[in-house]
Amino acid sequence: MIRFEPRTNPSAFLVYGVPVMAAAFAIILAAIPLSLAGAPILPAYGLMISGAFGSLFSISEMLTRATPLILTGLAAAIAFRAKLWNIGAEGQLYMGAMAAVAVGSGVIDAPSYIMIPVIMLAGAAAGAMMLIGPIIMKTRLGVDEVVTTLLLNFIVLLFVQMMLEGALKDPMSMGWPQSEPIIDSAILPPLLERMRVHLGLIIALISAFALAIFVKRTVWGFEIRAVGENAAAAKFSGISVTKTMVLVAMLSGGLAGLAGVSEVAGTRGYLATDLSPGYGYAGIVVAMLARLSPIGVIISALFVASVFVGADSMSRAIGVSNYLADLIVAMSLLCVLIGGFLTRFKIHFGRQKSAG
Amino acid sequence: MSSAATPSTETSPQLLLKLAAITKRFGPLIANDAIDLDVHRGEIVALLGENGAGKTTLMNILFGHYVADEGAVMVAGADDNILATLEPGAPQAALDAGIGMVHQHFTLAENLTGLDNIVLGTEPIFRLRRDRTKARAKLDHLMSGSGLNVDLNQPVHKLTVGEKQRVEILKALYRDARLLVLDEPTAVLTPQEADSLFAILRKLAATGLAVIIIAHKLAEVLAVSHRIAILRGGKKVGEMTTDQADRRSIAELMVGRDVPISKRRERTPGAEVISLHNITIDRGDARRSLHNVSLLAREGEILGIAGVSGNGQAALAQLIAGLDRPDSGTVEIFGEPVTKFDAHQFAQNGIARIPEDRHHDGMIGSMTVAENIAIEDVRSRDYQKFGFLDFDAIRKRAEHAIADYDVRCPGPDAPARLLSGGNIQKLILARVLEKSPKLILANQPSRGLDVGAQSEVHRRLLEAREGGAAVILISEDLDELLTLSDQIAVIHAGHVSPVIAAGDIDRSELGLMMAGQKKNEHNADTRAAGGPA
Repeated sequence: MIRFEPRTNPSAFLVYGVPVMAAAFAIILAAIPLSLAGAPILPAYGLMISGAFGSLFSISEMLTRATPLILTGLAAAIAFRAKLWNIGAEGQLYMGAMAAVAVGSGVIDAPSYIMIPVIMLAGAAAGAMMLIGPIIMKTRLGVDEVVTTLLLNFIVLLFVQMMLEGALKDPMSMGWPQSEPIIDSAILPPLLERMRVHLGLIIALISAFALAIFVKRTVWGFEIRAVGENAAAAKFSGISVTKTMVLVAMLSGGLAGLAGVSEVAGTRGYLATDLSPGYGYAGIVVAMLARLSPIGVIISALFVASVFVGADSMSRAIGVSNYLADLIVAMSLLCVLIGGFLTRFKIHFGRQKSAG
Repeated sequence: MSSAATPSTETSPQLLLKLAAITKRFGPLIANDAIDLDVHRGEIVALLGENGAGKTTLMNILFGHYVADEGAVMVAGADDNILATLEPGAPQAALDAGIGMVHQHFTLAENLTGLDNIVLGTEPIFRLRRDRTKARAKLDHLMSGSGLNVDLNQPVHKLTVGEKQRVEILKALYRDARLLVLDEPTAVLTPQEADSLFAILRKLAATGLAVIIIAHKLAEVLAVSHRIAILRGGKKVGEMTTDQADRRSIAELMVGRDVPISKRRERTPGAEVISLHNITIDRGDARRSLHNVSLLAREGEILGIAGVSGNGQAALAQLIAGLDRPDSGTVEIFGEPVTKFDAHQFAQNGIARIPEDRHHDGMIGSMTVAENIAIEDVRSRDYQKFGFLDFDAIRKRAEHAIADYDVRCPGPDAPARLLSGGNIQKLILARVLEKSPKLILANQPSRGLDVGAQSEVHRRLLEAREGGAAVILISEDLDELLTLSDQIAVIHAGHVSPVIAAGDIDRSELGLMMAGQKKNEHNADTRAAGGPA
C-alpha cells in the first residue's frame, strides 16, 4: 500500500530545486524520442544549445520568444494565485493585439512616447475586458471559469478572423487576411540593431518585478494571497472575495493583452491569425514551472523559449520534427507537477495505514 | 494493577485486554511512553487526557493502525480466556479479536438504512438474494438486551445524531465485539441523550462487554466509568477507580498543574450593544435558517446560546459576523439599525468575531503568523501607507500579541499552519481582542482545545466582560455556558427561546430545551414526572 503524508514545511532545497531538476530531467527524457527518430543524441543536444545560445542572433531570437511567454506566464501566475483558473490568455492576447492594431495603425498619430503607452493601455484594457463576462458568471452564477475562458479563446479567434476579413483588413495585403501595419511611431523599437528582440522584453521584465512587489508588499497583493490560499478565512476576515477576484481578473487579462500588444507591435508589425503559436496556453506551463512566482516566471519563460528556439534550430539542422520542442515542454510540465507533488507529500511504501 | 475496580462482584473479573508497556515514538516525540492498561470483561474504563496526551495513538496501536515500537497488545481468547498477543499492525486481527470502535465522526453511509450499514461488509459480495432474517434476528436480540433501540429500516440520514451513534454501536456488536472503544461519544449529544447512552453502556457492560471511553469531559466520565486512566504527555500519570476520584485531582493530573478556575464576578450590565428584532433567515436548510429571532446583548454581559449543533447557530453566527443579511427583521448595534452587512465593516466597528471552525475560517495556513494577526486591519492606516504594507508595524503587533497571548510559534514570520489548535485560537484572540471590542461573538471558542487553552479562552472572555464588552457565546458545552454566561437562550431548529438568567436554570432543564421542549411545557413535565426522565 502506498501512503502519502503531507510535509508541513518543505525545505528550500525542495521548493527551488525540484522545478530545476524536473526541467533537467525532461530534457534528458527527450533522448528517447530523439533516438526513436534516429537522430544522433549528443550532437542533437549540442545543436539545441547552440540554437538557443550559440550566437547573439540566437540569443536575441530566444529572448524574442520569451517576451510574450513572460507576459502570459504572469497572467496565468497571478490568476492561479487567487485560484481563478484563467485558461483564456490566448484569446486575451488576440484581443490585446487587435486593440493595439485598432488604435495603432493610423487612426491617431503622435510621438512614440505617447503612442506606445496608448497601444499598451488599449491592449491591456481589451485583454482585461475579456474576463468581465467569465468573472460575472463565476461570482454571480457559479459558472466554472475554466470552461468560459477556454471557450472564449475560440470565439475571439473567430472574431479576429472575421475582423481581418472585414473592418480591419489591409487593402494593400493582396487578399491575405491581415491587418494594416502598426505605424512607425507605435512600433516597439528593437533593443539591438538588426536583431528582433524589442522593447517588449523590457516591458515584460518590468511587469514581472512590479507584479512581484505588488503581490508581496501591497494590501491588494495581501488580499489576493489570502483569497487564493483560503477564501473562506479571507471572507470571514472581511476581505471581499468578489472584488479581489475582479482585480485579479483585470490584472491577468491585462497582462495577457499586453503580450498581444508586444507581439503585434514588437515582433510582427501587423495582426494575422497566426500571431501566436499558443503563447496563451504555454503561459500556463510557464507559470506552473515557476510555481506561480512572478520572478520565477522570467526564468521559466527563458527556459521554455530556449527549448522552443533550440529544438527548432536543431530540427532544421538534422531533419527531426520540431514538435520535439512541444514534447520537451510538455514533459517538463509533467515532471514539475510530479515534483511538486513530491515536495508537498512524503511517500511511504508498506502496509501501515494512516491514522483513522 | 486495578483488579479491585471491577463492576460485578459476584464473578471474578476476567482480564480481556492487556496493553503491556506500549511505547511509540514519532521521531523525537514519544507519543506513548511505556503505557500499561488492563481492561476486564464487563468493565467501563475511561481514558482521559488532553489533546496530544497520546490517547489516539494508543487506540491506533490497539487497532493495528500503528505498530508499537515496544510493548505488546494482548487479548483474551473468546472461549479460553488465555491472553494471546495480537499481531501488530493488522487491523483485521484486531477486528477478529473482537475489538470494535465507534469513531467521533460516524462512518455510516447516509443513504443506506441502518440495517444495510450494519451488515455492510459482513456479507459476501456475490450473492443471489439477500437473506437478512438471521441478521435481523441477531440485531433484535442485541437491541432488546441493551436498550439500543433504533429503527433500522430508516435511511441513516433520517436518524438523529444519537440514533446514528446507536447504529454505530450495533454495528460493532453485530460483529461480535467484546471490547468497544468509543471516541468522545458525547461530543454531539444533548445531556439527555448522553444519559441514555450511559445507561445503555452500563447494561452492555453488565452482559460482559468491556468498554473504553476516550474523553476529556470530566463530569460524564465520573458518571459512567468504573475506572479512570489518565494520560499526559504520552505517559500514564494516574489510574483510579471512579469512586475514589474527584474532579479537581483528575483535572490537575490531566494538565499537570493547577488549573485556574474561571469565576464570573457579579456585574450590572450596561447599555444595549446589539439587538436582533424578529430576524428571519430562510436558507431552506435548518442549520442555516433562523425563525423570528429576537435577542439582546448588553455591555458587561455574557449571553450564552445553548443548543445541539446544527440548529441554526451557524446562521446566527454568520449574521452577527456580518457575513449574511436577514431576510426580514432588523439588527441594531448601539441603537443604530444596521443597513450594510459587511464583515469588514463589522470588524472595524468593534465586533470581535471568533469563528466556529478556526482552521477553516480563522486562519490562512500558508501566510505568516504576523499576517494572520493583522488580516482584519491591513486596510487601516496603521498597517499600510499608500497601499504598501507596513511590515514593521505588522511585525511589531505580532510580537506583542505572541508575548501577551502566549502564542507558541517559531516566530511572527512562521507560517500559521505550524500552530496547534490551541495556539491558533490564541492567535485569533490576539487578532480580535487587542482592539478592545465592544461586542464579541465567540462561536464554540473552546471546542477541541485542551484544558489549559480552554481556561485561557474563558479567562479572556471574562476579562473582556469585565472591561465592558458584550459577549455572545455560542456553545454546545453546557459546563462552559453555565460557568461563563449571565444569561442563556436556547436555540433549537432555528428558534431561539426567551433569555433566562443563568442563576435560574439547571442542566436538565437546559437539556430538555435543547431537545426542543419549551420552557413552560417541560416545567410541567418535570413536575408531573417528579424527577429526571
